[in-house]
Amino acid sequence: MGEKVLMKGNEAIAEAAIRAGCRYFFGYPITPQSELPAYLARKFPEVGGTFLQAESEVAASNMIYGAAGAGARVLTSSSSPGISLKAEGISYIAGAELPAVIINIMRGGPGLGSIQPSQADYFQATKGMAHGDFSLTVLAPSTVQEAVDLTMEAFEIADRYRNPVLLVGDGIIGQMMEPVEFKEAIDPDELPKKEWATDGAKGREPNVINSLALEPEDLEDHNMKLKAKYDKMKEEEVRYEELYTDDADIIIVAYGTTARISSRAIEMARKEGYKVGMIRPITLFPFPTDIINETADRVDDFLAVEMSTGQMVEDVRLAVNGKKPVHFYGRTGGVVPSPEEIVNKIKEIGGEK
Amino acid sequence: MKEVAGYPDALTDKQFHYCPGCTHGIIHRIVAEVIDELDIREETIGVAPVGCSVLAYEYFNVDMHEASHGRAPAVATGIKRVHPDKFVFTYQGDGDLASIGTAEIVHAANRGELISTIFVNNAIYGMTGGQMAPTSLEGQKTTTSPFGRDVREAGHPIRMSEMLTQLDGAVYITRVSVHDPQHIKQAKKAIKKAFKIQLEGKGFALVEVLSTCPTNWGMKPSDSIEWLKNNMMETYPLGDLKTPEGVE
Repeated sequence: MGEKVLMKGNEAIAEAAIRAGCRYFFGYPITPQSELPAYLARKFPEVGGTFLQAESEVAASNMIYGAAGAGARVLTSSSSPGISLKAEGISYIAGAELPAVIINIMRGGPGLGSIQPSQADYFQATKGMAHGDFSLTVLAPSTVQEAVDLTMEAFEIADRYRNPVLLVGDGIIGQMMEPVEFKEAIDPDELPKKEWATDGAKGREPNVINSLALEPEDLEDHNMKLKAKYDKMKEEEVRYEELYTDDADIIIVAYGTTARISSRAIEMARKEGYKVGMIRPITLFPFPTDIINETADRVDDFLAVEMSTGQMVEDVRLAVNGKKPVHFYGRTGGVVPSPEEIVNKIKEIGGEK
Repeated sequence: MKEVAGYPDALTDKQFHYCPGCTHGIIHRIVAEVIDELDIREETIGVAPVGCSVLAYEYFNVDMHEASHGRAPAVATGIKRVHPDKFVFTYQGDGDLASIGTAEIVHAANRGELISTIFVNNAIYGMTGGQMAPTSLEGQKTTTSPFGRDVREAGHPIRMSEMLTQLDGAVYITRVSVHDPQHIKQAKKAIKKAFKIQLEGKGFALVEVLSTCPTNWGMKPSDSIEWLKNNMMETYPLGDLKTPEGVE
């Protein structure tokens, strides 16, 4: 580990990608993630990286499709409306089983929405990114340090499963400055060779990168193979953090920025005698279903807190599976909930003390 | 003994699925012959489109990447940036390149991306069943212009190659046809020149190849050749539209 440096979230993610051995970035400008491509445009020449500002998000996602197929560690970043446009390429990347890392610094929607922080792309990230039977691994950091660590890990997960990994933050994670420490940098030349990549069929049979399977039985086999990967992720990649779950009556489920705000609300509520804890999903897919279900046996209530009108709360309800009531508190459109608002909701659920 | 003809190494032995009278097979063949003659088969990465030639990745005996509709130049850009020392080409139809993929081809050409594009123009959407293409001729009947293309409603046939000549990054733009042996020879020469331009690092090159679609034009293969000569060549005249100096 090196020394601590003070960095903006967007720039720290970019630096983490370089340290992960990523040397290719294709993207298109959009607020509030602009510092990320700007950082790479500045730093990539020092490490022999390729930065290309594409003509559109659609083109950018297809450039990463090409570069990933050619065997490279490759990154793109965007914000909500841009991710909608990148969805085409992401579906092909998942279908062709290629590793790639995508950053979504979420903003308010739908449509042009706003440029303020939001978590309203949860459904898109975890369920409805694009057409077809596929899932992304979805990582949700709540600090700049965690964004750094998860960005580096994202490339490993993408290579391990040959599947795109999506890291979701919001304008707060992207713009906030915090001290961060970076792990040792990976030399891309020392990464294992990808035998399936398109790099010229020298002395071997041609490699084909493809997502087309005209025979329904073939495509079904392929989809079942993909499903087996997602099932394996559910076994091996679930990540979450617990806070005061030992003695809690009420469990908040929140990720990213709303988890930070909720932890403050929890301290405030505890001072007033409310035993509140938190399960913070770090992976949104695979979702920490089991821990939520087990915890439901010993607590009274769940409260999902999101910057949306209620998206992750559906996964919380599925995890709780009717064992206990699941409440919801959300602000949307770029409005960030305050700790006081969350405390008020806790009081509403917990009753007078 | 000198071998004067043979089956190209750059083609697999898989039988083409193309309709009788379609020229995709000829174009595949001459592309493959050029790859062999330049001895770049093991250095080549091809990008297949969406359209009738969607299965090109089964026919070319080189590393292949199947792109989404119109995005072949973007996919090829990603590949070429990772492997600047390899040879990268796209093979695209007119729906792919002249409609849904206009942004991608324009910007790849404008960046002078070191890729080569084979643009097969048959003035119709073949695979989806004969819909009007942006390159369909004025008055041409298709399933989506059943009374003939009305330019007041549907616009005029788009001349992509002429448009692309305006971009500084595009160094070689030419239009050829493969309707008879003489034109096939010329087309092959143009493809070889385009490929050499990439190998010499000169810039983006595109060869537009006029092609027939007897199935969706609703005519016999022999009639489709006549229709191409009598109708298409008027809107899409053959010849070099832009060419660099010093490349054979």
